[in-house]
Amino acid sequence: MKANCWMGPKNLEVREVPDPKILNQRDAIVKITSTAICGSDLHLYNGFIPAMEPGDILGHEFMGEVVEAGSEVKNLKVGDRVVVPFPIACGSCWNCQQGMYSLCENSNPNAWMAEKLMGYSPAGIFGYTHLLGGYAGGQAEFARVPFADFGPIRIEDGFTDEQVLFLSDVFPTGYMAADLCDIQPGDTIAVWGCGPIGLFAIRSAYMLGAERVIAIDRFPYRLEMAREKCCAEPLNYEEVNVLEALKEMTGGRGPDACIDAVGMEAHKPGLLGMYDRGKQAIKLETDRPHALREAILACRNGGTVSVIGVYSGFIDKFPMGAVMNRSLTIKSGQAHVHRYLRPLMNRIAGGEIDPEFIVTHTMSLDEAPEAYEMFMNKEDDCVKVVLKPH
Amino acid sequence: MWNQGRSRLARGLGWFSIGLGLVEIVAPGRTARWIGVPKSRNLLRFFGMREIASGVILLLHHKPGEAAWLRVAGDAVDLSFLGASHLSRSTDKYRLGIATATVGAVTALDITSALVLSHRDRGRIVRTHTITINRPVEDVYRFWSNFENFSRFMSHVESIRITGEKRSHWTVRAPAGRTVEWEAEITEDRENEKIAWRSLKGADIDNSGQVEFFPAPGGRGTEVRVRIEYYPPGGALGAALAGLLGEEPGTQLKGDLYRLKQVMETGEVVHSDASIHMGLHPASPPPESFWNPQSRYTH
Repeated sequence: MKANCWMGPKNLEVREVPDPKILNQRDAIVKITSTAICGSDLHLYNGFIPAMEPGDILGHEFMGEVVEAGSEVKNLKVGDRVVVPFPIACGSCWNCQQGMYSLCENSNPNAWMAEKLMGYSPAGIFGYTHLLGGYAGGQAEFARVPFADFGPIRIEDGFTDEQVLFLSDVFPTGYMAADLCDIQPGDTIAVWGCGPIGLFAIRSAYMLGAERVIAIDRFPYRLEMAREKCCAEPLNYEEVNVLEALKEMTGGRGPDACIDAVGMEAHKPGLLGMYDRGKQAIKLETDRPHALREAILACRNGGTVSVIGVYSGFIDKFPMGAVMNRSLTIKSGQAHVHRYLRPLMNRIAGGEIDPEFIVTHTMSLDEAPEAYEMFMNKEDDCVKVVLKPH
Repeated sequence: MWNQGRSRLARGLGWFSIGLGLVEIVAPGRTARWIGVPKSRNLLRFFGMREIASGVILLLHHKPGEAAWLRVAGDAVDLSFLGASHLSRSTDKYRLGIATATVGAVTALDITSALVLSHRDRGRIVRTHTITINRPVEDVYRFWSNFENFSRFMSHVESIRITGEKRSHWTVRAPAGRTVEWEAEITEDRENEKIAWRSLKGADIDNSGQVEFFPAPGGRGTEVRVRIEYYPPGGALGAALAGLLGEEPGTQLKGDLYRLKQVMETGEVVHSDASIHMGLHPASPPPESFWNPQSRYTH
């Protein structure tokens, strides 16, 4: 089969690889009909995340048709159309039973590797380094899906791929970002990052009862999508001082909750930006936390900072004094997608939201390397690329 | 503490010390006259207490080698005392001579024992690991008591044969394609609480271990605490080298317990496209040749 393989930083190849096979009896093999590129894939593309091997298949947002099921998969049959959540969860460990699916205790066979870096291991993830399991990803024609009896959601007829594909990652992730804010009536939420996650976070914040949502980015086309499709109030941080603007917009109080939907490759012009980039280049700092620092300083006293942007290692100059002295709550995590699959599918089916709005480009799997470059450089007003393997 | 791995040598020395000490405390006067120092009965009581202390430490301390050196120190004190006693006029030189020669011989024996036991200490590796499994204690205990289950999660076990009511024969893969074997027996088996075992004489690698089961708080299942001890061929250096190859029993123990948890909670050992290979491999499905019967499906 064809698959998009990581061969090195900024070096992707779509190559012919063997077809996947059943390895555990709760596996299923899925023929992939649509797969997307995630912002976190760009961290792999740029070489910022350790433990990648040349030849690793990328991709963790995918859906398709079941073509083979292991003997223990009783709830899916060949021909079923499914969307596959990006974290791999067994359903029987304590964390899964508590609803913390991205912390599954059994799905990372390389748990010892993640423990060395992070203390304990989170769940395994498709196509996202050997630290998180070494699972082949979904930017391919087929994928092996472990715990297929627990993870994938079966999709009924009447929905296009683009309407449901984002249940795999970006929609539940944006929703969880807003969910973690514990939104109360009258709340103002500020969202850093108007990529797909940020956009879904904005829509979700309104769904969860926010009164106002302010969106922060530097690309006018993304701010325009946030304003037009998500009803956010846009702020361009290259044109205004965000901290002052937020104070003014909220009567001097600050937003009640701040969502960091940017993560470790935050962009910041000027000296501070060069400081973080410089330290990252000589490996003294693995992540660039500019959006996070700003979100913490901007948040009102006693508010919540919801960190959904991906970080991989260590950051520098963290405003811990602000956090402690102003009673801030920081909530974070890889999305517990399984928790949100059914509720969000219901919202889609009920017409509350059509996730298709974020798709700006549809390309074939063969064009994956060009797609990554375009997505990385924000060319052609790119927000979300969907790849078609067949 | 009452370590079934404690050698007979350590135990023998320990009880010998206690016995000798008791004699010195209970009959100091007679002992003093007997070794030729009739005026030193009070001193002999102190020596007796010291002997008993050495004996107790030899029996209880987790590093018998260190305790054995205590005996050597005591012997040095004894020799100095006896040597000084030669100069006194009130001692029986003949008896003293014999006593000094005897203590000299015992000292040589003690030094040899201390060297042997210390070498054993240094060579001994202890590994422990704890894991929580989301199943009731009875289920986990029952699973562990059935040796046939071990190959499901112990990656280096090639085979286990039951050879008796409490006995089994193990064949285990070692670095560089070799195998090691031993006969093991269960030394303790408390239902739903503890199982302990040790290898018998003639084992390729001396080893012993125990597993304890505790209910985890808050209904989280069972805490499994495992402790293994072994004497690696090649000593501590050999163990370090094996560790670099990823073959050290301590690392294996951790991996085995993770796999035990996977089997008990999900039904199978969990595989990824990379983890089914030994060593590094890209996260990509393996080629057809991987599925041939000859190729080693290691986990």
